Parts: sequence; structure tokens; C-alpha cells
Amino acid sequence: MSENKGSFGVAGSGDTSGYSGLVRTKVTPGSSERPFGGYFDEVADDLERAFPEFGAAIEKVVVDRHELTLYVKRDHLRSVALTLRNTESLRFEMCMGVNGVHYPDEKDRELHAVYELLSLTHNRRIRLEVALPDSDPHLPSLVEVWGGVNWHERETFDMFGIIFDGHPGLTRILMPDDWQGHPQRKDYPLGGIPVEYKGATIPAPSERRTYR
Amino acid sequence: MSTYSDPYAESRETTEGRVYSVTGGDWDSLATEIGATKEERVVVNMGPQHPSTHGVLRIILELEGETVTETRCGIGYLHTGIEKNAEYRSWTQGVTFVTRMDYLAPIFNETAYCLAVEKLLGITGDVPERASIIRVLMMELNRISSHMVALGTGALELGALSPMIFAFRERELVLDLFEMISGLRMNMAFVRPGGVAQDIPEGGVAKIRETVATLRKNFKDNEKLLIGNTIWMKRTQNIGYLDLAGCTTLGITGPVLRSAGLPWDLRKVAPYCGYENYDFDVITTDTADVYGRFLIRMQELEQSLRIIEQACDKLDKTVGQPVMVADKKIAWPSQLSVGADGMGNSLAHIREIMGESMESLIHHFKLVTEGFRVPAGQVYVAIESPRGETGVHLVSDGGTRPYRVHFREPSFNNLQSTSAMCEGSMIADVIGAIASIDPVMGGVDR
Repeated sequence: MSENKGSFGVAGSGDTSGYSGLVRTKVTPGSSERPFGGYFDEVADDLERAFPEFGAAIEKVVVDRHELTLYVKRDHLRSVALTLRNTESLRFEMCMGVNGVHYPDEKDRELHAVYELLSLTHNRRIRLEVALPDSDPHLPSLVEVWGGVNWHERETFDMFGIIFDGHPGLTRILMPDDWQGHPQRKDYPLGGIPVEYKGATIPAPSERRTYR
Repeated sequence: MSTYSDPYAESRETTEGRVYSVTGGDWDSLATEIGATKEERVVVNMGPQHPSTHGVLRIILELEGETVTETRCGIGYLHTGIEKNAEYRSWTQGVTFVTRMDYLAPIFNETAYCLAVEKLLGITGDVPERASIIRVLMMELNRISSHMVALGTGALELGALSPMIFAFRERELVLDLFEMISGLRMNMAFVRPGGVAQDIPEGGVAKIRETVATLRKNFKDNEKLLIGNTIWMKRTQNIGYLDLAGCTTLGITGPVLRSAGLPWDLRKVAPYCGYENYDFDVITTDTADVYGRFLIRMQELEQSLRIIEQACDKLDKTVGQPVMVADKKIAWPSQLSVGADGMGNSLAHIREIMGESMESLIHHFKLVTEGFRVPAGQVYVAIESPRGETGVHLVSDGGTRPYRVHFREPSFNNLQSTSAMCEGSMIADVIGAIASIDPVMGGVDR
């Protein structure tokens, strides 16, 4: 829950146009109450039955745009993942990968790791989301649960600096090995050079005036 | 002359000049020493610039003789930061970026991205039927052109030249259709949030039908050349084996998963763009090897032709219907058209905004520069691309630009199976195994 002020995105450029009194509050979908609808109730019930610590492990359940997101505490991530994979009524055999999202405004929850799970048996999809502080960016690796997240975890480490403990070889995968910083974080600049065109200078995309 | 003396080459002065006697003679002891380890372990770097690695892919092979004991992939040589760049452009401009990821399947990237934007906007149901039909038509044409590259380059890498000639001949026909429909042969940015950039041009459907007939006839050339060909089968059968358990644990989708016998095709199990209204089969084999994947791709061509024919029939029934969502706050203000000087805004639209209606001009300007806002939230949308599940994880913070765009590229994921497929096999079979995964490095590295 944060705010955007003014019409335009880049401040300090000397640009005084636009209405600066504009305040927009960002509203993200809040947690949902039962019934969740569709197969989501079944998934939640089955997980609760198979995983007694459900209340302690799951921070909140969000159903938004017909998709179920379970916010998992990171200490329980591995056991929740194993339960989701092994329980017969759940059977999430495939993990389609992990992806990071950086929310610098969320104090002590700056980095989010998002896992997309797929059950071939039941043709269902759910999402696990784990929030972790920037100061302690450690997560248990799920490579032993789903071998296919190996490269995805390396990519998330590469791009966000999330450290997956227990990963067999957590090295950079897309950026060069000696690269400094983690490019997909919001505090990492896009870079780029100004373009000159017929005497006018157009700033790089990240420095350009943009609408909120 | 210096008095430098070489311990391995004594020299003496003669009437002919200085003469060196090269000694050494420890070759025998060296050879015995090497032989004592009984190992012929060699680490070979294949790529990143290698004619048969399917792009700038580097494979690090540990060999014992000709047997591969360990395989590792080195990727990232084509990383261009598309996901980061997309965060600095409007939602509509994002299409132009994502189409360049998997450059052999641009329409799939665009469609997956647009379906995700539409899901975030909550307008999935408002996309006009004709737009969905055109998307399906373009996707299936694209599947053919992509499979043609997979087959052609795959055969080429195994040393068969003629299939590549045929495959690229067919691909050219499909690219001609793309050019006719969108004005561009690759990276079309044709699918837009809310619909498609323009309708099929006049006479286009007839041309597509004509090409379908030609393709159906032409596909036989490669079938005759390769299916049942002894040399081809010897190079591909029982190579690159990956069974169903291996596929699920590694998250493998697409032809590789279907070659393990599971009829998993998102067009059937989780239809999008109205695929539930088309009649087609999901092709599987149970060999879990390179030959099985080759057969699947060959037969999927015919299924794609069937879908294209049905899409043509549907297009005939929906002539004149819109191809962009009705909401003017989202729909791109003008339809594009292909003029004598290339593609651009239609002349009728330019006349309207420049000469007739100030309000139209303001609307055009606002929508093009500012774009539209997308309510905050996140979605994951998956479609069946030629290589497997292309998934888009899209996060919005309620602004005019994406907060995070992430592509779950099937090439990226499936390339992980290289080790499982190749370790223990001969080095020559590594080429076949990788060709059967059909990785596109633009998609792997993004």
C-alpha cells in the first residue's frame, strides 16, 4: 500500500508541467475469505488436512482474477512444497519456475519469490508467494522437491539477489559471472544513453518523463 | 651472440654455422605416465559459436573417449534485458519487446503477454471473437514456421542438408502470409492488448487457403525423406531419452513431454482464445527419444493446418466484425494499414485526427503517450507454444507501465534436461538431443 504523487514519474528534471497535487494510492488485492470458489476451497482444505501447521505456515490466502495465491512463511516453504507435491489429492507434480518481484516500499518484505505450481493429475494451478527482507535474503532451495526450479532459482538469484540455501550450484546464469548488482531490482537503474535527434536531446528511457 | 645455453638443445659451432642437437627423449616416460591413469578425460567447450548448437549456446562436455560423462550448459550470451526494459514502457509498447524473446515464435509471446494484460484488466471476455480467431490463425501459422526451423536445423545439425532446404521453403510461404497480414515477417507486434493490430486484408483468407493446400502437398517431401529413413532413424532412435518422471521433475512441457506419452497440450486441457471450438488431435509417441519428438513435430504440422482451415471458415462467417475491444480507453485508436511506404496508421484515421476532430487528436495523443492504467495485482497466463508452456507472470501496481514482466520460457526450462538426456551417451548424440529440445536462445536468455 503506497502512494504516487504528481502526474509524472521522473522528479528533479526541472519539469514543472503537470498537476503536482495528484495523489494516487496503490491498492493491491487483500486477503480473501472462504469460500474461495472453484477448486481453490478443495486445495486449501486438502492442504490444511495434510499439513497440520497450515495456520502457522500460511500468512494469507488471496484469490484474485480467478487465481489462488498462498502466502507462505519462508521457514515452512519446503514442507508446504513437499506436502503439495506428495499428497494424493493435491499432486502438484510440476513447478513452472520461480520468479522474483521487488517491492522496495514494503518494509522487511522487500523481496518476493513467486512459485507457479501445476498439477497434471488434476489440471490445477496455484501460486506460492514468499516475502523476505532485503537484509536477510535467504530462502530454502526447492531443487530437491522439483528439479526443474534449478535454473529458475539461479535466474532469481542473478536478477534479485535472493539466496537459495541448499541449491547445488547457485551462480549467475544470464549475467556475466563478475557482474555487480542484481539488474531486476527496482533500485538498479535501467541505464541507457540520451539520443540526439535533429538538435533535440531525448533522455534515456528511465530518465524520460512518464505518466504515473 | 649470447652465451645462453638451452638444456634441451646443446649447440656447437661448425663451419656451416651453429648446429643444435635437440634432445629430450623423455617422451617414453611421459607416455607411460599418462597411460598409468587409464583415463582419457577431456573437457570440451562446444559453443558458444558452434554451427550445431542451435544458437549462442555453450555446452561444456566432459568426455571419456567419445562418451559424455558430464554435460553443463552455459547460457546468457543473448541476454538483452527485455523484462527490465518492458518496465519502462507502456503496456501496449510491451508487445514490441516480448515479441523479440523467442524470435521463432513471436506471435506466441505476443498472445501470452496480451492475454495476461487482458486478464489483469478483466476484459478477457470482451475481446472480439474475430480477434481471437485471427490470433489462433496466426499462432498456428507460426507453429508451422517454428516447427519447420526445428526440423530443418535439427536435420542440418545431424548432417542431412535436403530437409533444411524443404523446411525453409515451407517456412518462407508462411512468412509471406505473415507479411501479407501484418506487414512484417518476424517480430510483428501484431497482437495487442484488447485484440489485434489490424484485420486480415481483402483476399487474405483465399491466399491462406491456397498456401495451406501448397503446404500440405509440400510437407510430403520431408515426410518421404525422413520418416522411416534408416540413417535418420539410426541417428535419432533411443537418443536423448527422457521419460515422463524425468519430464515432470524437470518441468518439461511441449513436444518433449508428449514424446513421453502424456497428451498434455494446453490448447486442449486449458483452452484459451477459443481453442475449445476447434477440432484437432494431440499427438503423442511413447518412445521418449529424438525420433519420437521428430514424429510429433511432423504430425503437429497437419493438426495446425486443420486448425487454420477451421479458422478460415470462421473468418468467412465473421467478416466485418471488430478485431479490437470496444472500450475506447484501451483499444488502440486507429487500425494500422499497409500502405505503399510500409505499415502505419490508416489514412482515414490520419484525416480524422489531423483535419476533422480535435477531440480525436487529443484522445489519440493521450492514449498513445500516456497509455492506460491497469488495476494492481498479478496474473500468470500460460499458452502452448511450439516448444511447450510459455507462461507470463505479470505484475501491475496500478500504473501505466508493467511493474514486472516475467516470461517462463519453455526453451529456458527445457534446456535444463540436456544433462539428463546426454550424460552417458556418445558425443555425436548430444547434437541430436539438443536439436530435439529445440531451444531458441532468444527465449532462453531474454
